Order: sequence, then structure tokens, then C-alpha cells
Amino acid sequence: MLGKLTLSAIPYDVPILVGTFIGVAVIGIAVLAAVTYFKKWGYLWREWLTTVDHKKLAIMYVVLGLVMLVRGFADALMMRTQLALAYAGNPGYLPPHHYDQVFSAHGTIMIFFMAMVMMQALFNFVVPLQIGARDVAFPLINSISFYMTLVSAILINISLFIGEFSNVGWLGYPPISELQFNPGVGVDYYIWSVQISGIGTLLTGMNFLTTIIKLRAPGMKWMHIPVFTWTAFFACIMILTTFPVLTVSMALLALDRYVGMHFFTNDGGGSVMLYLNLIWSWGHPEVYILILPAFGVFSEIAATFSGKPLFGYATMVIATGIITFLGSIVWVHHFFTMGSGADVNTFFGIMTMFIAVPTGVKIFNWLFTMYKGRVRFEGPMHWIVGFMITFSIGGMTGVMMAMPAADWVIHNSLFLVAHFHNVIIGGVFFGYVAGLSYWFPKAFGFKMRDVWGKWAFRFWFVGFYLSFIPLYAVGLEGMTRRMNHYDNPNWHPWLLVACVGVFVLAAGVACQVIQFVFAAFDAVNRKPDAHDLTGDSWGSGRTLEWSIPSPVPHYNFARLPVIRGLDTFHIEKELGRPAPVADLEPIHMPKYSAVGPVLGACGLVIGFALVWHIWWAVIVGLVVAFFTVIHRSANLDVDFYVTVEEIRADEEAFAKRLAAARAAE
Amino acid sequence: MSYDATHAPSAHHDEHEHHQQETTIFGFWIYLMTDCIIFGTLFAVFATLCHHFAGGPTGKQLFDIKNVEIETAILLFSSITYGFASINAHKKNKGAVLGWLLLTFLLGISFVGLEINEFHELVARGAGPDKSAFLSSFFTLVGTHGLHVTIGLIWMLVLFFQIMGKQGLSTRMQTKLTCLSLFWHFLDIVWICVFSFVYLGSVV
Amino acid sequence: MKRLWRFFPALPALMLSGCTVDLLQPAGPIGEGNRDMMVLEWAVMMCVVLPVIIATLVFAWKYRASNAKAEYLRNWSHSNKIEVFIWGVPILIILVLSGFNYWSTHYYDPYKPISKEMQVKVGAPNAKPLHVEVISLDWKWLFIYPDLGIATINELDVPTKTPLDFRITSDSVMTSFFIPQLGSQIYSMAGMETQLHLMASRPGNFQGEAAQYTGPGFSDMRFRTIAMPQEQFDAWVQNVRSGGNPLVVKEALDAQTYQKYHVPPAAPHDAAPKPAPVVYFSSVQAGLFENVVAKYNVGMTHDHHGKDMDEKAMDMHSESHAAAPSNTGM
Repeated sequence: MLGKLTLSAIPYDVPILVGTFIGVAVIGIAVLAAVTYFKKWGYLWREWLTTVDHKKLAIMYVVLGLVMLVRGFADALMMRTQLALAYAGNPGYLPPHHYDQVFSAHGTIMIFFMAMVMMQALFNFVVPLQIGARDVAFPLINSISFYMTLVSAILINISLFIGEFSNVGWLGYPPISELQFNPGVGVDYYIWSVQISGIGTLLTGMNFLTTIIKLRAPGMKWMHIPVFTWTAFFACIMILTTFPVLTVSMALLALDRYVGMHFFTNDGGGSVMLYLNLIWSWGHPEVYILILPAFGVFSEIAATFSGKPLFGYATMVIATGIITFLGSIVWVHHFFTMGSGADVNTFFGIMTMFIAVPTGVKIFNWLFTMYKGRVRFEGPMHWIVGFMITFSIGGMTGVMMAMPAADWVIHNSLFLVAHFHNVIIGGVFFGYVAGLSYWFPKAFGFKMRDVWGKWAFRFWFVGFYLSFIPLYAVGLEGMTRRMNHYDNPNWHPWLLVACVGVFVLAAGVACQVIQFVFAAFDAVNRKPDAHDLTGDSWGSGRTLEWSIPSPVPHYNFARLPVIRGLDTFHIEKELGRPAPVADLEPIHMPKYSAVGPVLGACGLVIGFALVWHIWWAVIVGLVVAFFTVIHRSANLDVDFYVTVEEIRADEEAFAKRLAAARAAE
Repeated sequence: MSYDATHAPSAHHDEHEHHQQETTIFGFWIYLMTDCIIFGTLFAVFATLCHHFAGGPTGKQLFDIKNVEIETAILLFSSITYGFASINAHKKNKGAVLGWLLLTFLLGISFVGLEINEFHELVARGAGPDKSAFLSSFFTLVGTHGLHVTIGLIWMLVLFFQIMGKQGLSTRMQTKLTCLSLFWHFLDIVWICVFSFVYLGSVV
Repeated sequence: MKRLWRFFPALPALMLSGCTVDLLQPAGPIGEGNRDMMVLEWAVMMCVVLPVIIATLVFAWKYRASNAKAEYLRNWSHSNKIEVFIWGVPILIILVLSGFNYWSTHYYDPYKPISKEMQVKVGAPNAKPLHVEVISLDWKWLFIYPDLGIATINELDVPTKTPLDFRITSDSVMTSFFIPQLGSQIYSMAGMETQLHLMASRPGNFQGEAAQYTGPGFSDMRFRTIAMPQEQFDAWVQNVRSGGNPLVVKEALDAQTYQKYHVPPAAPHDAAPKPAPVVYFSSVQAGLFENVVAKYNVGMTHDHHGKDMDEKAMDMHSESHAAAPSNTGM
């Protein structure tokens, strides 16, 4: 009846997990009780859970991303403290069985459920607003994407308390991930959570590519598209070309494990190297999928806070395109140590090095955007300066690893670990955090408290160097990644420093949590002068999203904007906004729908049932999902019109606020 | 505050619907491209593993080309019949659309039947997907195509009843018919690749 | 930011305080090559990275909003001169590094036997290579010296100034064979044979490790690499053969005894499995390595000796199967 699931799957003998479970349960019950007490279930369901509004989905993505950031970060704390302790005969407090799950979960969560989630949050919130669209091309599919991501994140967290998680790293290399070496359910949790979230991401990719191509405001030519949207465009192209490969890799690994096929097994003619090629031909573009939108964020922020247009817009777009192309043909650099011929290694090595060219160009572009500007160091701008310094160093170590003759000794070492954290924290994470604080006032109509953002930055910046410079050093001393204990006296002092560093980072995370708590507080009772009256929250916005009120009305634009060039809003501020040509018209909008949450629930049931081999539940999930889709396809009542009266009332209120703001100046 | 789309000014509504239709078909194209990459990857996997027999039978020993030729003919013919359904949909000829769809469906289901039969025989002969990497990749590639055809058939059935019902040949249904037609022809092209690379390639 | 600079000066001091930085203090020509490439790239890249970091800080300071004296070009966003510079400089640097990349990847190719040049440099131009067959097991390393008829577990003894020809395979999961101070690592994979060529130029006791995660016993899957002068090595070999060493197991390492060592130690949930002790075998059955490879290939081995380098590398993908014509992995 319950497949492989028995009571012994619950790890009640591991105190850390029991403690965590109690903590999660207490918080969970408190939240549920609060929602019940304040009678908010109806509101939550009608306004949020069933929403197809890209802005609300973005906010839900952010909440999910932050929760998963805390979860992934807890894993990081555990790993660093373990390695600070587990020296010279001391086994530390995490035995390999547990430690190995921690590092696997850390990687999987940070990439799929923190970074990818934050990226989709930014896509959702920013792209339609920047191109003057009223929603994405397929709003319902957008909601389904969110639920696929959400339930896979839930699935991976269920593994904490029921069964176990994968212990073989975030990419699940075979043959150790095969049934022969890994008979438990850990790898199955990994496969299905990655698979379900991958489908969500694929749908997001299709949705936003279609949106950017088809739904741009009248007059917006290709070279009028704001840089963030350009980076989203290229990231979507990479999602669409590479995520199918991830889907196939996971499916083949699952077939090996579930029906005894021989794709990657040691025996039966399987090929381990096939998996390496497949997973990295997704995995390498994946890091560019993550970093390109971060580059987009930095481009927007650099221009806004320097009070100047972005230096070399065309160059920036071209460089992004080149990175997209080169990023897709360099995956072999992840296994120069496989024994390929020198010519193969050279080709992939040189291609990898060449990615440094467009990336370097971008850094110079931001540099020259600041040059002869009036740079205002508000929160978001801090992250970009930190980014340019940190990312340059990460790029340098990246080029070092691109040379096979050097990579042969630093491959799989902590030098590598330091390198990719250097670019992912210094690039992706800094970028997304900067983006969050940059667009926050657009979403909520007031700014987050800057002082906590700045402290978060300081701790993250210093903490980063404290945590990862030591890892570069132990990498050079020959320490490989994923070690659980060691007795090399040279490594110990460095790992102690790294442990201190990770606690400094923890202070950064704490500052961010405090910042969000204050934001929630301010949302309820803030001083009147904290309101963003003009919609141009930072006073120097250049792109369309700053031309509309904050928070944005659910239909985004009362009138579809007419694009007059790059940075239309800036042009309007300089030359005056044209008088509206046509009168307001009713706006056609999609209705909210329960299809997303229902399909999400099906996804969760199917995923969990597949992990535990509960076949009847898999079938139930599939059947319910099938009839939900059929029901939806027969439903004609899926849209409505926003009345002119409503839009006019909004517009008049906005005009009043604008006038008040002007008077206050 | 707001009102239902069904009561909206009709000219405005039509324009919007037309735009939406174009966007939907474009989005579906993009989906097909990702599916294309899925099949491309599976072909690459097959190309890598197609000689990894692990002591088991080879394609030459297993494949019955006659049967596969019949399957190919059926699937190609079903594309033509679907084409007729599309033509009649443009002419708003509901009866003909339903007739051609039904014929396409019958052809499709016989294709799937033949494929299931082939798989069943292979497994019965001891050449199941767990026998060798070659057979794993063969079953996965051909099976994925078969699964797509099956999903296409279910979709066709749903459309059939929806066209029969009150929706008739509305713009919405026309869009759906166009999407399914793209899907169906795409599966045909994939099958031609399967036939040439997998079956002919193994036998030659 | 200031905090950071306070921390930086401590770095070199920490690094030089008497400990070995394996990759920067290699003990053989391959390791030296790896190090030279790393240092070279670091130096070349520093030529851009350092100016960029300084410029970032200078621009950020100079053009801060409160500095009303600084020039402000509010609409300036393009300059052909700067464009040429920002594309030109990175391209030039990468072109230079690409040259080094091409040369070093070929010159230090792990599959290429130690060159005469390197042998001359260490002063032993005529030393015959020592063949070692490496099998990675759960969670230990087995080293077979086919020409000497002995074998060891978790200790690799080698003569200095002698080219070392490794043939590597796995009889369990995939991992990577790595002796940091000697240089390059190569994966070990079941049913496949990979190759590595190293040389120790001075005596020493180096750490050797599995550089790819292998399961619960991964952290203890280590071995010492002891490099010693030829005479000393010969004496060690004699000692192992005659059973004079207390670590020596008298029985021959044959298919049967091998099974005993092939079984992984128990891996309890709440502790790491016990590390495997060092063992010497006074004799070893011929063809053991080939049998381990063949086990996964329906009883057949592939012998690549005499094949052309590149063809061999391309062929690697097809090694895991038996009688098939070669085809590439991707």
C-alpha cells in the first residue's frame, strides 16, 4: 500500500533532524494558526494562491527563494563547522552518512531552489513591466511554473524528515548514484525534485521568450529593449536549449534505477562518461542562465545610480549574445581529467577562456557607466561595487581553471569550490539581492530600510573573503572537495578561518532577515513620507517600470506606452510626457485560476509517490492532473475586462500623488 | 469594477483573440523546439550506446523491418489525413473535420498497437530494456516517441469531443487544431529519423 | 572594504609559515608544469584584474554624488576609443593565454610518456619507466607492479627520477587518482583503462588521494606516495618479495585473495568506515588488472598499446563495451 515507505524511514534517532523538525513544525503551526485566527484563508486563496498575476507570482517566488536561502545556508554552516572540528582523529559531529546529504542538499537547493527561484522572481516582476506588457504571454502557465518549483522545493524538504536525501553531490554522478551503490531513496528524492522543478523552469523559459518576442509595447524595436530584459531573453534561450537535456539525463538515471536499464551503470554496457557529458551540457549553460540576469540587474542599477545611460548598450547586448553562444560549447572543461585527447581539451579550454572576453567587456561597461557620473551609494549600488571587485577575482581563477594543464591539479579541489562560490556569490547572489532591493519599492510602494541592506552587504562582502580565500589556499594545498574529516595540519588553520567567515555571512543573512521583517512592519505602519508617490522610486529611473504607480496596478499600464527609443521613461522626463492620444479603453485580463495549485498538488503527490514506489498514488495524481487540464480546456470563462471607470479612478489618484510630490519639491 | 469577457465589445474582443491566437501558436512552436532537443539528446544517447550490446542481441538479430515499414506507412498516412482535417477546419466544415480526425485517430492507434506488439515480442524473446545499454537506449528513444503519439491521440480525442460539442470550430478550437497539427507532423519527422537511424542503421 | 585590506597582508605570511603548499611546491616535472601554468595565468590575469579593481574603487570614490567638483556627463554613453580598448585588451590577453593553453595541454598531456627533455632535466636520461597498475576500490587503492610481481594497498613506493607509467581502472564507483605534489590527476572508471604519466624528481613522502567523491569512506581513501632513490627502491622491492617487511602478506594476490579486499568495509550510519591499512603482497597473479577491466566488458579487455594518442582518447567512450567498432561519446 505504501510502497517502500515504513515508519523506519523517519530519522527520529538523529537529534539534529528531530530538532529541525520541531522548529519547522512550531513555525509552521504558528503561521497556520495566525492565518486561521485572522481569517485570512479566503484572502490567501483568492488573492495569492490562485493568482496568475506575474507581480504576485514574483513575490511568492521571492518568499520561496528566501526560505530556501536560509535552508541552504544552514547546510553551509553545518559543513564549515564540521570541517573546523573534524581534524586529527576527531570525527566531528556529522558522520559521512549525514554530512554527504548536507553537501548534496546545499548544492541542489542553492542552485535550483534559491538562485533559479530568485531569477524567476526577477523575470516575473521586471520583464513585463520593462517591455510595457500587461502580463506574460501565458499567465496560467506562469502560475503552473511557480507551483512546479514550489512543490519540488517542498519535496526536497520532505526528504529531511522522511527517508533521506541524495548523498552523491548536486549533480548525482553515476555510477555511485546507481541502485547498485545507492539503494536508498535519497537519489530518488533528488531526481524527482530536480525533474519537477526543471519542468517548471522550462515552462518559464517558453513563457518569457514568447512574452519578450510577442508582447513588447508598440514601437519597441529590438535595440530599444532594456538590458535586463535582454539578459532574460538570452537566459530563456539557454533554458530552452539546455533544460531538455537535464530532463533527459534525470529521466535516464531514473530508468536505470527504476527499471534496471543500463545507461550509466558499470555493467551492461552503460557509460558513465555519457552522463557527465549530458549533465554538464546542461550544467555549464545553467551557470550562465543564472549570471546573465544578474548582469542585467547590475546594468540597470549602474545606470540609475550613476545618473547616466549605461555605457555601451549595444556592446552589452552583443557581449550577452556571445556569452550565450560560448557558454553552450564549453561543458567539457568540467572533466579535463577524464582522459580526452589533448586536442579536445585544448579546444574546450580555449573556448572557455574566450568567455572572459565578453565578460570582461561587461565589467568595463559598468566601470565606464560610473565614470563621469553622479554615483549615489544607496543600497543596491553597494552590491555592484562589491560585485565588480569580487567577480573580477572569480573570473581570474576561472581563467586559471580553463587551462587544462592547471586544471589537472585543481580539479575537484577546494580551489574549485572557492572559484564557483566566488562567481556565484559575488555575481549571481549579489546581483539578485541588489535587484530585490532595487525593485522592492516598485512592488510595494516604499523602500526597504537601507541601513540593514548596507550592513547585510558589509557582512556578505567581508564574510565572503573570510570564507573562501582560505578555501583557495587549502585547494592549493591539495585538499579535495567533499571531505568529511582530515588530518593534514596545514589545512586546519585555514578551515578555522573559513568557519569564522561563514558566521560573518550568517550575520549578513540575519541583517537581510531583519530588513525584511522591518519591511513587513513598514508595510503596515510607515511614516507618510516613506511612500513612493511618483512611481519613480529612485528618482532617476530610466525604463518603463518607473513610469507607472508603485505598487503597480494589476493591469500594469493604463495605456500601452508608446516607445520612443531606448530608456523611454528617461526621454519622457527630459522632453515631457506626450498627452494621451486615445481615451482609456477597457483592459482585457485573465481570471485567476485554481489550476496551478491543483496541478502543483498533483505534482507533489506524484513526486513523493515515485520516490517511495507507491504506484497507485502516482496513477491517482496523473488522473487528477489529466482531468484538471481537460476541465480547464473546456472552460470558456477565463478572462474579464477591467472597466474604464476603475482605470480612470486609479489614474486620477496617481495624478494627484504626482502633483503632491511635485509640490513637496 | 469589472465584467466578464463574454459581454465585451465584440470588435475589440476579436482583435485581442487574433493576437492571442498568434501568440499561442508561437509559444507552441517554442515548446516543439524543446521537444526537438529532447529527441535530439535521445538520438545522441542512442548513437553513443548503439554498439554496447554487453553480450546481448544486436539490432540486426532483433529488428523486423517489414513491421517497421508498415508502422512508418501508417504514421505518414495519418499525417496526410490530419492535413485534410486542417483544410476542412479552415473551410469551417465541421462534419469533414470530425471524419478526418477519426480516421487519423484510428491510424494513430494502430501505430501504437503495432509498436506495443513489437516491444512485447522483444521482451518475450529476452531482449528487454534491462538487457544491455543498446536495448535501454532503443526502448527509451522509440518509447518516448510512442508516448508522444499516445499523448497526441488523447489530445485528438479531447478535441474531437469538444468540436462535436458546443464550441464547434471556434477560433479557440482552430488554434488548438493548428497546435495539434504541428505536434502530429513533428512526430512524423521524428519517426522518419527513428526509422532511418535506429532501424535501418542497425540492420545495414 | 577596509576590513578586507587589513586581512590581505596576512595571507602570504600564513602561506609561508612552514607548511607545504602542495601545488606550489611540486616534486616532479609534471607538477612543476601545472604550477607554472597556474602562476603564469595568475600573473597575466592580474594585469587586468588589479587595474579593474583599482579603477572600480577610484571611480566609485571620485564620481560619488557628493563630489560636485567632478565632471558629470549626464548623457555620455558611447566612445569608439574606449570600445576598441575594452574589446581589444581582453582579446589580446586571451590570445596570449590560448597559445600557452595549446602548448601546455599538449606538452603535459597525461597520456604522453615523460619526455626525454624532462628526464634530462632531472639528470637521469636513460631511466626505464616503471609500470604501475592502479585499481580504485571501496575505499582503498591497490597498486600492482606488473614487472616486479608485487602489489601494495594504500602505499605507492616509487623510485625517483624514473618515469612512472600508470594504468588506472576502478572496481567500484568512479573516482580520480591524484598525487598533488607530483601533478595531474586522471579519473578511474570501471571497465575502462585510463593512463597517467608522472615522475618524482626528489625523494619525499607525498599525500595521495581520491579526488572524486566515492561514498562514506571517501575521506580516508588516501595513500602515501613514497619516492626514494633507485637503490633504496630496489631494496624495498626485495624486502617485499622476501616477506622481510612486517606489512607483507605472504599469500599471492590472485583472483581469490583479491575478492577479500574487494569487499567494502561496513559503513555504519553514525560513523565513517574504518580506513584500510597498508598491505604489501609478496607476489601477484599476472593479468589481474586486465581481468578487473574485463569483468565489466563481458570478459574482454581492450589493449590500446601502439595506438595513436588522439584516436585513443576518442576511443575511451567506447571502452566500456566489448566487440564493437569505436564511436565517440557525444
